[in-house]
Amino acid sequence: MRRYRPIHPLPLRIMHWLNAIAIITLIGSGWEIYDASPFLPFTFPQWATIGQWLGGAIAWHLAAIWLLMLNGLAYLVWGTASGHFRRKLLPVTPRAVLRDIWAALRLHLPHEVGVYNAVQRVLYLGVIALGVLAVLSGLAVWKPVQLWYLSDLFGGFFDSRVVHFVAMAGISGFLIVHVLLVALVPRVLPAMITGGRLPDPLPKITEAAE
Amino acid sequence: MRTLLNRRALLGRSLAFGAAASLTGCDYDDLKHPDLADRALTAMSRWNDEVQAALFDRHTLAPTFPASAITRPPRFNAFYSIDQAPRVDLATWRLGLTGRIGDKRHWRLAELRALPQESQITRLACVEGWRVVGQWSGVPLGHFLRRVNADLKARYVSFQCADGYYESIDMASALHPQTILALDFLGAPLTAPFGAPVRLRIPTKLGYKNPKSIVALGVTNTFPSGYWVRQGYNWFGGS
Repeated sequence: MRRYRPIHPLPLRIMHWLNAIAIITLIGSGWEIYDASPFLPFTFPQWATIGQWLGGAIAWHLAAIWLLMLNGLAYLVWGTASGHFRRKLLPVTPRAVLRDIWAALRLHLPHEVGVYNAVQRVLYLGVIALGVLAVLSGLAVWKPVQLWYLSDLFGGFFDSRVVHFVAMAGISGFLIVHVLLVALVPRVLPAMITGGRLPDPLPKITEAAE
Repeated sequence: MRTLLNRRALLGRSLAFGAAASLTGCDYDDLKHPDLADRALTAMSRWNDEVQAALFDRHTLAPTFPASAITRPPRFNAFYSIDQAPRVDLATWRLGLTGRIGDKRHWRLAELRALPQESQITRLACVEGWRVVGQWSGVPLGHFLRRVNADLKARYVSFQCADGYYESIDMASALHPQTILALDFLGAPLTAPFGAPVRLRIPTKLGYKNPKSIVALGVTNTFPSGYWVRQGYNWFGGS
């Protein structure tokens, strides 16, 4: 019997949804933690936070971080070993990014099944980097004494908080774009659950956006 | 007060997202019957205690600051307002000792002042995210524990306070050179709101691990928990 090649292999799908749970929990509980001592002239509304009060939020935050770190580590190892990063996310050149941004703005950027365009590539690489930054700055906020070198790297306790907040804001921005694009091209959603099916033979790149 | 604290205590109560709402639904006002989310979060918090104990290095010092960095006026913080701080009668006050301690004789304030004193200008970081710099001086806890012939192999040092607050720390942190039984704050004896007559000052831990107005100190292998810890804060509370 013929086996179809999935658009998203099973390990990637599992890690994607585990990551979604971890990220949403971390952002929601992180907002509650921020609200306990805000450093900008606003707080997050209670309905958008997780944990009900500071103690609950910290408990959620420091539980979900293990899911994020272990899952993230698995993703980095798998992505490197399987060639996923090399085949799907690289190369990404400034020229290609500018070209695809221009095409996207004119709504001429086609969705090619199983292929990430340059804008997607730079966004995915960027959000991975933001994830790493969020973990490192979070560790600096968590342990400014024991992990003093991380704290120093980010400019001390308060600046670590700011960096952590900025990383969260960047990831949140990515999530908005990410979910918005899925809403615009909803047929990509089932593939992230079932795996989908790559056209066989390999898809011929065409100008048409279906 | 009790009801208010119980209501605030709940780890996983009323999650913001509808999909997760099925995790809640038990009677959260009864802390003796935690639900699934409470149990999972408590288990993770104990795991994080272990990780922090492994991360703790007795040679790593908390940062110290110049006198110019001291926060003035100092910031009061407690689970009550400043006018409700306990007034301890210094004439009759004694530091009681319990548990695995060889010499359980009670200590007067003057006797504590006669011991070697250590001064520090360090940062007190609150779990809420704010921090202040202050100057404290007093008896290094490690020196005191050796002096009273405490079992230094025991796991915990516990503290009972005049206001009903209680806390406990791991022995390794208790023996850290910057952990002191503070008697003075900003160059003068501690005042009631800031923990008179004796408070724990431990800059390698968060603010709530710095109990004020201590009336009894214990050394034990039985987990003593803490006032906020019982309500969901992480026990190790390391910094």
